Amino acid sequence: MTTLFGIFLLTLLMITGMAIVHTRNLFVAVMLMGIASLLIAASFFLLDAADVALTEAAIGAGISTVLFLGALALTSERERKRRRSLSTSSLLQFGIVGVVALIVIWATFDQPRLGSPSAPVQAHLTPWYIESTRDLIDIPNAVTAVLASFRGYDTLGEVVVVFTAGVGVLFLLGTGASSRAAGAPLSEDNAGLRHYLIPRILGRLLIPFILLLGFYVQFHGEYGPGGGFQAGAIIAASVILYALLEGEQRALSVIPQGVLLAMMAGGTLLFGAVGVAGIVLGSNFLDYSVLSEDPVNGQHWGILLIEMGIGITVAGVLISIFHAFAARATA
Amino acid sequence: MRSKGRISHDGKIRFARGEALLAPHLPHLPHLPMLQVLVPLLMAPFVLLLHPRGLAWAAATAASLMAFAIAVVLALTVVGDAPLTYQVGRWPAPYGIELRVDDFSALLLLVITGASSVTLLGGWQSLARALPSARQPYYFSAWLLALTGFVGIAVSADAFNIFVFMEVSSLASYVLIAGGPDRRALSAVFKYLIMGTVGATFYLVGIGLVYMMTGTLNLADMAVRISDVADTRPVLLAAGFITVGLALKAAIFPLHIWLPNAYAYAPHIATAFLAACATKVALYVLLRFDFVVLQHSASEHAVQFAGYLMPLAVLGILVGSGVAIFERDLKRLLAFSSVAQIGYMLLGASLVTIAGLNAAILHMFNHALAKGGLFLVVAAFCTVAASSQLEQIGGIARKMPWTFAAFVVCGLSLIGVPGTAGFLSKWYLVTAALDYGALGIALVGVILVSSLMAVVYIWRVVESACFAGEFGDDADSDSETAAVPPLLFIAVWIVALANLYFGLASALPIELAASAANLLMGNAP
Amino acid sequence: MDILGLYHYWIFAVLLMTGFFAIVAKPNLVKKLIGLSLFQSAVFLCYITMGKIEGGTAPIMGEGAELFSSPLPQVLILTAIVVSISTTALGLGLVLRIKDEYGSIEEDEIQGQDQP
Repeated sequence: MTTLFGIFLLTLLMITGMAIVHTRNLFVAVMLMGIASLLIAASFFLLDAADVALTEAAIGAGISTVLFLGALALTSERERKRRRSLSTSSLLQFGIVGVVALIVIWATFDQPRLGSPSAPVQAHLTPWYIESTRDLIDIPNAVTAVLASFRGYDTLGEVVVVFTAGVGVLFLLGTGASSRAAGAPLSEDNAGLRHYLIPRILGRLLIPFILLLGFYVQFHGEYGPGGGFQAGAIIAASVILYALLEGEQRALSVIPQGVLLAMMAGGTLLFGAVGVAGIVLGSNFLDYSVLSEDPVNGQHWGILLIEMGIGITVAGVLISIFHAFAARATA
Repeated sequence: MRSKGRISHDGKIRFARGEALLAPHLPHLPHLPMLQVLVPLLMAPFVLLLHPRGLAWAAATAASLMAFAIAVVLALTVVGDAPLTYQVGRWPAPYGIELRVDDFSALLLLVITGASSVTLLGGWQSLARALPSARQPYYFSAWLLALTGFVGIAVSADAFNIFVFMEVSSLASYVLIAGGPDRRALSAVFKYLIMGTVGATFYLVGIGLVYMMTGTLNLADMAVRISDVADTRPVLLAAGFITVGLALKAAIFPLHIWLPNAYAYAPHIATAFLAACATKVALYVLLRFDFVVLQHSASEHAVQFAGYLMPLAVLGILVGSGVAIFERDLKRLLAFSSVAQIGYMLLGASLVTIAGLNAAILHMFNHALAKGGLFLVVAAFCTVAASSQLEQIGGIARKMPWTFAAFVVCGLSLIGVPGTAGFLSKWYLVTAALDYGALGIALVGVILVSSLMAVVYIWRVVESACFAGEFGDDADSDSETAAVPPLLFIAVWIVALANLYFGLASALPIELAASAANLLMGNAP
Repeated sequence: MDILGLYHYWIFAVLLMTGFFAIVAKPNLVKKLIGLSLFQSAVFLCYITMGKIEGGTAPIMGEGAELFSSPLPQVLILTAIVVSISTTALGLGLVLRIKDEYGSIEEDEIQGQDQP
């Protein structure tokens, strides 16, 4: 039954993908991307990847859609119509794309069977990870254990990537606060949706719960799907919702740009500091076992602190990027 | 067993037991590979918060110099000796991520940190002019992030970790290039973003396929386990994806098209930094994969590499040099010259011999010196010139004789005149090609022809600068010392002198390159 | 199970090339970024499919579960998703600046303005 459902989801995904490329209405394309993200998230869930499904839904279907819609609002919603001609260059493009797809498909016949327990992926490193998570880290979610501890250095790199994106967007677009004249009155534009009653009431009801979910996901990541990235995205989503409903100025007075910058930098530095603590206490970078008398307890502390660092940075970056985009609309 | 002090050819004992020599002075020596990455990584968020003008620049320069010092110590420790390894989190490889600094990494680290330090040192006025003042902290933060990404790639021994730091360096590079005041920087960066991300994603697909067939991400572990599955289709496909992906990032012909515009419209100092190291890091990863991981995969390795990449290398050399001759903008001219130089490196590697690899790796170092110096001089010219178009720098040699002299020195190194660093790597390349039989003679011909083309385009610049009329007006009587910022002048001459030093004295880079070539071909030190 | 497994990889191939086609063939900059996003999502599907084990569950240890799908591909893809959104965000920031400077987000129009 699940196999049929899996095939159904994937086929739907393929059709959506083709529709995305084909349509010339960019708004439709972005919406279809959101749907594709959800389909992928569902496929991930069927493939036993619960954490990844949550992340794909929050970031792929959530944040990504918001950013694209923001960009569309500031540029244009339709692609320019082109003369439909079967020129040599488009034939060449179709040709290359088709050939490469066929080559990849050709290669699939040599691959290990899906789900095979003797596949190198399952047989080589996985048993060690599962056992060590039980013995050395003692948390139920093996994904968090690998992400935060065994391969924590990659996660540090990931936080740095997020930080870099934040720095980049702020460099290109300026911060939300600086591109607005100081003391500008609350005009139509930056008043958000305050004149619409239903969104405001629903928003007031929902935003606290979204925030609560964000914090839950942040701290529950060791026991179930969740962790810093998802939490950061969800918390950013709640602040973005607030900014949409109540207006940019309100949102910037609640969480000013300076605080956001501090969050961006501070989260990364927190992560780095936990790692350096490992060196200072006599071991290697990012070794959490020395953070406490009991190595397992040390691992728990280490994971808790770095996940907080991740969540703070991700939230700070995503909210900053949103404000930078939004500021262009009023400029 | 570590080797005891080795007697070098001039009879002195050098680099005796690197670690034993340095360890008493450096209790943190084992952590150095990690500190190499941590210094720029942790300074970047700090720099973001430094608002006073110039403070962000100073902090970034300090961090860069510290990273350079670490790189020098690492190089001295590792040359001809066993590599330094580091297990992050104390988790054993392949379960955890391992850092590994061997001769090849050490040489690359010298290039990266050296380029960053010298360009930042000389670059304050030039950058301050190009960037909006409020956004300087972001720019210098991005600079340190680019440095972090590059060194992170160089020290890593884990394939996926390389991907993560590759993306750090790429995103940061996009920001560095986009800082240019010319709006064409933006469209150039967008193209680079698209092509670069496609390249990184192809690389990701490739290592995914290798992971599927071997179950591991650690490079050394991969090399061992891949021999069982070497001939399977996914591994062949993986080799293809990895090669194409990294070729995109290394600007190998014909995937180089993002490079000329990106280098031309970036701020001059950023171009100097990126031209010295960005593409070389990608080439480094390509060589590591092709020689360390995939080498054992089938006897066809030698054929594969030569078969597909040698023609592309030759085309890159000829097309790059050819287009450079006709370029009217100095920066684009030098950018196309870079495409040709990358072709030389690839040509050396595609010979699949120790001599060829030696030439290629040494050229990574020497080209960084030559091209970095040339772009720094362009930055100096542009403090007074309206733009980098050849018409705009007519007669500038009289206004800035010493700066122009540095240009000539670096230009000679680029051409490969004896006495300069560039000559050594070209010579090694020629001798390596001659070992190749009949095809080798043709390759030597290509190298000679392209060197002549280099003479032509360097001459065009010299001609423009010396003989094409008077520069500026008589009222503008700034002497050279007043026009060119002193730090930039010093930076230019440090690089120019380095070109001469490394061409005349046998030194550290040559040893590193030789050991690295040995390592890649499978003979451990 | 065989066909289902292969089907996953075939969809990966198709999606990969669909996204790649959008990147190279469509001149609109936002469309290129959408294609890039799709292109990267295909890779995620490939990795996660590798990690699945027959009869296993998500690698969250609780009562009763004995066989777990591999956590490593999931960790890799968590990282890759975040990298992807970072690239998208930076790309969109560039698009906004390009729109300001050039007045257009169609590649041929932009190149046309650059040429003379």
